[in-house]
Amino acid sequence: MEKKNHQPLNLEEIRRRLAEARGRNYWRSLEEVADSEDFRQILEKEFPLQSSPLGAFLHRRQFLKLMGASLALAGLTSCRPLPQRKIVPQVQQPEEVIPGKPLYYASAFTLGGFARGILVESHEGRPTKIEGNARHPASPGSQGILPLTQPARIHPDGTPEHLGATDAFTQASILTLYDPDRSQSPVQQNRLASWQDFNTALAAAMAKQAAVRGAGLRILTETVTSPTLAALLEELLRKYPQARWYQYEPVNQDHSLEGTRIAFGEPLQPIYRFDRADVILSLDANFLHGDAASVRYAHDYSTRRRVRRDTHTMNRLYVVESTPTVTGSVADHRLPLRPSQVSAFALALAKAIGLPVSAPSLPEQAQRWVDVVARDLQAHRGRCVVAVGETQPPAVHALVHAINDALGNIGQTVVYTAPVQAKPVSQTEDIRRLAQEMASGAVEALVILGGNPAYNAPADLEFARLLKETTQRGAFTVHLSMYEDETSALCEWHVPESHYLETWGDARAYDGTVSIIQPLIEPLYPSRSSYEIVDAMLGRQRSGYDIVRAYWQGRQQSKQFDTAWRKWLHDGVVAGSALPVKPVKCRLQSVLEAVQKLPPAPEGLEMVILPDPNIWDGRFANNGWLQELPKPLSLLTWDNAVYISPATAQRLGLSMDTGGLANMVDTVEIRYRGAKVRAPIWIMPGQPDDCITVFLGYGRQRAGKVGTDLGYNAYALRYSDALWSASGVTLAKTGERYPLASTQQHHSMEGRDLVPEGTLQQFLRDPEHFVQKHSEHEQPSLYPEHEWEGHKWAMVIDTSLCIGCNACVVACQAENNIPIVGKEQVARGREMHWIRVDRYYEGGLDNPRTYHQPVPCMHCENAPCEPVCPVGATNHSHEGLNQMVYNRCVGTRYCSNNCPYKVRRFNFLKYNDPKEPVLQLLNNPDVTVRGRGVMEKCTYCVQRINAARIEAKKLGRRVQDGEVVTACQAACPTHAIVFGDMSDEHSLVALAKAQPHHYGLLEELNTRPRTTYLVKVRNPNPELEGD
Amino acid sequence: MPQVFHQSSNTLARLSIVTGAALLVTSVLIGSNLSRSPYVTRAGAPVDQPVPFSHKHHVKELGIDCRYCHNTVEKSAVAGIPPTHTCMSCHSQVWTNSPLLEPIRQSYLNGTPVKWNKVYDLPDFVYFNHSIHVQKGVGCNTCHGPVHEMNITYKAQPLSMSWCLDCHRQPEKYIRPKEEVYNYEYKQPQNQMELGAKLVKEYGIQKGQLTDCWICHR
Repeated sequence: MEKKNHQPLNLEEIRRRLAEARGRNYWRSLEEVADSEDFRQILEKEFPLQSSPLGAFLHRRQFLKLMGASLALAGLTSCRPLPQRKIVPQVQQPEEVIPGKPLYYASAFTLGGFARGILVESHEGRPTKIEGNARHPASPGSQGILPLTQPARIHPDGTPEHLGATDAFTQASILTLYDPDRSQSPVQQNRLASWQDFNTALAAAMAKQAAVRGAGLRILTETVTSPTLAALLEELLRKYPQARWYQYEPVNQDHSLEGTRIAFGEPLQPIYRFDRADVILSLDANFLHGDAASVRYAHDYSTRRRVRRDTHTMNRLYVVESTPTVTGSVADHRLPLRPSQVSAFALALAKAIGLPVSAPSLPEQAQRWVDVVARDLQAHRGRCVVAVGETQPPAVHALVHAINDALGNIGQTVVYTAPVQAKPVSQTEDIRRLAQEMASGAVEALVILGGNPAYNAPADLEFARLLKETTQRGAFTVHLSMYEDETSALCEWHVPESHYLETWGDARAYDGTVSIIQPLIEPLYPSRSSYEIVDAMLGRQRSGYDIVRAYWQGRQQSKQFDTAWRKWLHDGVVAGSALPVKPVKCRLQSVLEAVQKLPPAPEGLEMVILPDPNIWDGRFANNGWLQELPKPLSLLTWDNAVYISPATAQRLGLSMDTGGLANMVDTVEIRYRGAKVRAPIWIMPGQPDDCITVFLGYGRQRAGKVGTDLGYNAYALRYSDALWSASGVTLAKTGERYPLASTQQHHSMEGRDLVPEGTLQQFLRDPEHFVQKHSEHEQPSLYPEHEWEGHKWAMVIDTSLCIGCNACVVACQAENNIPIVGKEQVARGREMHWIRVDRYYEGGLDNPRTYHQPVPCMHCENAPCEPVCPVGATNHSHEGLNQMVYNRCVGTRYCSNNCPYKVRRFNFLKYNDPKEPVLQLLNNPDVTVRGRGVMEKCTYCVQRINAARIEAKKLGRRVQDGEVVTACQAACPTHAIVFGDMSDEHSLVALAKAQPHHYGLLEELNTRPRTTYLVKVRNPNPELEGD
Repeated sequence: MPQVFHQSSNTLARLSIVTGAALLVTSVLIGSNLSRSPYVTRAGAPVDQPVPFSHKHHVKELGIDCRYCHNTVEKSAVAGIPPTHTCMSCHSQVWTNSPLLEPIRQSYLNGTPVKWNKVYDLPDFVYFNHSIHVQKGVGCNTCHGPVHEMNITYKAQPLSMSWCLDCHRQPEKYIRPKEEVYNYEYKQPQNQMELGAKLVKEYGIQKGQLTDCWICHR
């Protein structure tokens, strides 16, 4: 790799250029606006950093010799007979299993304790892919929630008719099942042990505790919503009355629960009904991403954003936030404010709608916002909603409940239920109490079920030190987890935990709906679930199945239990288990008192602490799919950085290089209450000034081969009294630089008007001329016309609906056996994702508008890649698919050079190396695993098309609309992606293509893409336009 | 200046050019023929099996239908190799002491599957689907040959891509009425091309698509 002197970014110059730009001006990165020499080089080359050039180490003669030898040997490879392979039938064929056909089972994935409904695809007993369960309230499909009364319709090819949406975490969770780094045996003080040893040790410890009624017994879990596990723990506490059960996980609901306690006198779970809201205001609430109900919320939100010819209304979204998020990126109006200012904004808003609070002063722009937003909200009483994020203090949560009450929204657009958690407690208090007890020496037996508190407990509690001391003191300490991690290392015992696809369980969704978690596969290693461990603590040895079934049988004493149980398992939902909506009464006085205690706005730099958008609290650190997934907005991979606004960076003299593909960035030392953390910066357009954001989940010491020693550990900066934001932070430039791999300039399509957009008003005024079409008529082409036969597959992506959540990217990766390549390869622009979500900015540097544009293969009818292939490895099918034939490809990469959309991906190295046999179990058997030197790209999920076509042909009919659902389409929470046969004029895709705001990317090149787009339509408030 | 090379060198030079060219042509010919030869494709070579199962006996002499054992042939991509239980449904009654059947009995008793050797093996980038072929009138023995005459099963066809394409380009040359798919005594009629063309139309076979790469590779 050639070394050059890269120029640091000149932010002043960038600002000037953006100000001078006329008309609509889109940009993807600061480097692009700076228009540096380096950036232009990136543009000109498809893969700018090629595999090592020959010149450096290979002489011409050696090269010729090698060429000659390889020529002579080429062709001989085909003379080798195939090796004899085995075919192994079952001894007894299980019912329902048809070899070669997948089966789908309903289950649930939990994050933060909250369930998302899933359907898991299983090939001969091997789970390979996760889809959403359309019957589950947290994962609606394109038709919404499928009623339980409606019988399941299965396509002849075995796929369920309705697939639900998912998020990226759910999609990627299957990779963890097959992670070779999972722990495979119990470990006692760093020595391998057997389960029998552990059972004996556990029984001894429990016997000791029984003598003292459990006085020294402490159990620490993550958030528990499982009715069965809660019942087991309660039984344990009854048996050991002096024992304690604590819950802790770093991303919890403490503030939200405390907020409802202040406002209503009891902890409650707020549920927003975005489908009923005309106006939405988010105060630091990233409800479209990472929330327990995000997939549902995104679905509900999108039902009011879908613009078609007959659409007259849209909802309007205002977002006030302290860090650019997915939700902010799709807002009609977005206002960046520091966390303390967001609180002040809430107060000012409360005052503006007539609540008796005193509002602190706000910046001028924010004050204007308050007036406009308050007017808009008041004009939509009962049809608007204010949502508040966990990062805001409890008093602000309470205040927002009061605002919603005053606006008449409670019962309309926001409802409340009893908490979903089995024991709604302040988890920060719980972990603090446990730390105190450990310090006092009261803990004799500590059983940690899941979680990783030694890594992620608040820094001031010094949990790791206390745990180590407790173990050294001779206490019985156990950590049940899937990895032998930071906490395991400090416990006497580590015992391997089963993955959720290996074990029985149950969990509640955000609205309380219970799903039974059913396993898809026997545990790959001897492991147990937390249910089984608690059962063993109770002196029993039941299997997970018996535990869960016995609990539910006890709840439903009926002869029909078997029928009900089977139906629950089939549906993935326990009918009627959603928590009832509670009528509530807001206690304004209590809210006002709490609000008065809010601290005054701090001076100086503020810090926001957020879970990483992909790695979350660190639990997905060893998940390569999520590590390599470009993070929303920054498009960073494999690292966390400190977000800093352009103006603040300028003030502190911090910069990023305009350098090659990896960005060389300044690193800073963050100092806060004695903690010092060194971290690379990321200059983030749209970040509020004087406010930095750090992300949790990195800096892991014992995560596994993938996730160890990546990024910095932001938990060192997290204190139990400042979980989400802090003031009094100082930054010092270290002078060191650090390479970050961001994909934002990769596959750039140079300065064309790629993301047309407009407002609803413009659309309503003249829908037919809403988009400037490049040509009214089809342009002539030099290529011979194709002969079409059968269907004409096509895709339409509605950019008004895309929220940039990346669920499609991971879904595609899982479906199509797409490898990960690692940070160094990403930095060379070699990431393999078949669909990417391009992020464009428009407008000024400090608060630009954001656009998301998912880009899969366009399947051009006049595909520029095809005529340049010397071996015909890419060509056209009669149904209009641009086919890529791996076994023909010789790796010239001409196709990729000629692709204007830059959607082709090349296997520079053997990324799919089967060194780890367990990872081979993950592969989709219907898709070829590609080797080195082969080009690949989006296939429109041709394996799904073929399966549907074969089944339709067997029945002697055409494939019907909706029978082929691509992986990206199924996963999309907003159903922005539509796929189907465009020659069928009643198909959804044909209807979308007939919309006036339909356009093709780079249509002027006459490529006639089959993948096309709908223009992004915004619904701005005229009073705020120009802000 | 004296001559460096003797005059005979001219002959040698010419000879070496001719020999070189001849060698090149021969090696290409040998290579291309070898890769198509049964030596490489293993067509016609019986494959040893843990149990010397005779299709001839079971199919022709006993008259068992193909689908009794290969029961997913109409539903799935794979025709299905019978589980041990299928074998034992008869062999728990007949030939119960045959030493040849010992592996089957062991499998039944121990619950360990029998590991058969694959006779028809396609490369991993080829996705063949049995169910659509039998539904569209491709007979079993069109590809599998005279299975009812095989004592030890062998591969009847080379399974090369050109062999597949022969039918995918002109299915009318091979297809038969659906009812005759499992009939191993079926003989092509005189008017095969005529009948084939009629069936292609009747079964809705889209010939253009059959040569699309992604029909078989993906």
